Amino acid sequence: MHKFDEMYAQLPYLDDAVRPHYRSYLDWLERQDPQTMRDRREEAEMIFRRVGITFAVYGDKDEDGAGTERLIPFDLIPRIIPAHEWASMRKGLVQRVNALNAFLEDVYHEQAILKAGIIPPEQVLRNAQFRPEMMMVDLPNKVYANISGIDIVRAPNAKGEGEYYVLEDNLRVPSGVSYMLEDRKMMMRLFPDLFSQHRVAPVAHYPDLLLETLRASSPSTTDNPTVVVLTPGMYNSAYFEHAFLAQQMGVELVEGQDLFVKEGFVYMRTTRGPKRVDVIYRRVDDDFLDSRVFRPDSTLGCAGLMDVYRAGHVNICNAVGTGIADDKSIYPYVPEMIKFYLGEKPILNNVPTFQCRKKEDLDYTLAHLDQLVVKEVHGAGGYGMLVGPAATRKEIEAFRAVLKAKPDGYISQPTLSLSSCPTYVEQGIAPRHIDLRPFVLSGQIVQMVPGGLTRVALKEGSLVVNSSQGGGTKDTWILEV
Amino acid sequence: MLSRTADHLFWMSRYTERAENTARLLDVNYQTSLLPQSAELAQLGWAGLLSISELVPAYQTRHCDITPRQVMEFMVKDESNPSSIISCLRAARENARAVRGSLTTEVWETQNQTWLELNRLLQSGLLERDPGQFFEWVKFRSHLSRGVTVGTMLMDEALHFMRLGTFLERADNTARLVDVKFHAAHGDLLFADGSEKNQQHDFYHWSAILRSVSGFEIYRKVYRDVIHPKRVAELLILRADMPRSLHACLNEVVQNISMVSSDRSLESYRRAGKLCAELEFGRIEEILSNGLHAYLTRFLDRVNEIGLGISQEFLLPC
Repeated sequence: MHKFDEMYAQLPYLDDAVRPHYRSYLDWLERQDPQTMRDRREEAEMIFRRVGITFAVYGDKDEDGAGTERLIPFDLIPRIIPAHEWASMRKGLVQRVNALNAFLEDVYHEQAILKAGIIPPEQVLRNAQFRPEMMMVDLPNKVYANISGIDIVRAPNAKGEGEYYVLEDNLRVPSGVSYMLEDRKMMMRLFPDLFSQHRVAPVAHYPDLLLETLRASSPSTTDNPTVVVLTPGMYNSAYFEHAFLAQQMGVELVEGQDLFVKEGFVYMRTTRGPKRVDVIYRRVDDDFLDSRVFRPDSTLGCAGLMDVYRAGHVNICNAVGTGIADDKSIYPYVPEMIKFYLGEKPILNNVPTFQCRKKEDLDYTLAHLDQLVVKEVHGAGGYGMLVGPAATRKEIEAFRAVLKAKPDGYISQPTLSLSSCPTYVEQGIAPRHIDLRPFVLSGQIVQMVPGGLTRVALKEGSLVVNSSQGGGTKDTWILEV
Repeated sequence: MLSRTADHLFWMSRYTERAENTARLLDVNYQTSLLPQSAELAQLGWAGLLSISELVPAYQTRHCDITPRQVMEFMVKDESNPSSIISCLRAARENARAVRGSLTTEVWETQNQTWLELNRLLQSGLLERDPGQFFEWVKFRSHLSRGVTVGTMLMDEALHFMRLGTFLERADNTARLVDVKFHAAHGDLLFADGSEKNQQHDFYHWSAILRSVSGFEIYRKVYRDVIHPKRVAELLILRADMPRSLHACLNEVVQNISMVSSDRSLESYRRAGKLCAELEFGRIEEILSNGLHAYLTRFLDRVNEIGLGISQEFLLPC
């Protein structure tokens, strides 16, 4: 299989085949003393630990008493995207997120796309991610996904040229943006000279854009809406990010116990009495938001919140029920949505997808399990999936049984030859597979900072980049060449 | 600010202060035990140390006799002892982590670094090799934590709740120290017979107390005199210019409550103000004549009530 690398036009590495936007960086890298780079890696790790940029791993305990907190490995070699490629990706992202929001507004109101027969109604209405509680609820700016994380990979198309594909949309509580910001801060701290030599587009204004987006999503007419970040608490794996974003925006970081509903509004308990809340940037899943409507055992949310929300007295970002649009069983229809709602041709590609609920697709999948990636439609985090080419015969047979028992629960896709990027590993520098998650903000307008979070699969040959599965991160540069 | 945030800030400071005071007590006792003249005193001291923190029963379930090494281990690195230094610093850091967004980067990193380094130091065997150096380290981390707080935090509610925690805890800890040390020297000590042995005993006993609150040089400077128990008591209870005295702590408590009350008339403010006024206008002779132990027991109860009042009025409102 032809391999794709971000830095080199072809593999194995040949010096004369460096892609133009990497040339200057590679010159710099070759001038660096290996010992210096080792020192920098250690310095980075030391700083990340002191700053406490960690994520929690459930059920683990470190020997050094650091408890369940782990660092996400940070790689020193940036992933570089030329500015013209980003310009077109950006357009594609705006288009895609607008279509997804239009779809959400539609399925919770008119359901025109179902009536037009473009998506089979039962695919939406009988999907566990569809929230009937949201029917006819009008949201500010008609936006449901205020913060979207769109996972993108680069891979060869039919002609063997590198092209960007959307692997999946994350419209519930996408995380990782704090790593994007901290990775950049770290790179600038470790290698200031690199930034004077390269025109790297800045990303540090993300919290400003986020706050602007959230304030623009306030339902009330007040000039000065109160925004809060709702976290499940300090034992959540993404707690660092919740605290980080609240601090960067200068808003309160609240837990469910800090909120209460009274006379149709939501308040937080403060040292000076109750204070009304207008916008909740929640990092808690739908199921836990309101024990009166969803899981009755939840203590992470606020009882009565949904009534206030439906009455338009508070906004929840992202909206309840966005899962229906990022479900993997809906994903194959996104190009259709773009045509249906916007009348445009999709700019970003979808990965061809087989829906195992269809007989012919299931048959094809079962016959090609060793070549396909099979994913659970409601899955996330890299759990419950099969990567055919990397699986043993036994794993494939086990998965076959699971798939046959519940074909509705799965989709399959050809194994994309994800691009790789040179990465520090134990033996030195070696290619490792990467993806990209840009964060798209939708309030009154759609905005984003250039680039996003690059995740890297540190295991040789692995295509799974999730941090829970041993993935790391890289700084992402959008570069004027 | 959020009540829960204020609660975490308050307790973060209390635990940091408690760790420091525990280190101070352990250090002084350890230093005392190095001198032959005072070895006997030191033995009394180890037991007193456990009773100060109301930990005698908990200690006895783990160890049958009181040895310096066991008491130090119990008070420093026994994670099942909620008052050990490791437990306090863990709690301080957990509280900080819960509200790291309300802290400046420097304050958070100081707390986090203290916790990471503590584990490293304990593993390296520093406590066994050089206890004095370890206690010094704990004290300096606490100094650093306070300094970075005052030096970098916005002077708003968050800072006031942190300062409240520091001084309420310090008032409690100093009162316990005075109580136990005066008790150890048995009630009639104030009327000691003045024999040579007793004088020597007295000197090491009272100077140890003073050094545990960094008050030895202060005593000399303020009184320019040999060490008299009555004056030690006066210095640690009534002197407003002695930074670890009950009066100085209550001054800070009152001031910080008034900063967060914002024109509301609150019970915790009234109580703190009343207690503070009594310290301001009190006389040591009066306190001693009614019994120091009774006075301090009552004082601890009142500090505890102020703490509960702060909880009800600010930190955990219904």
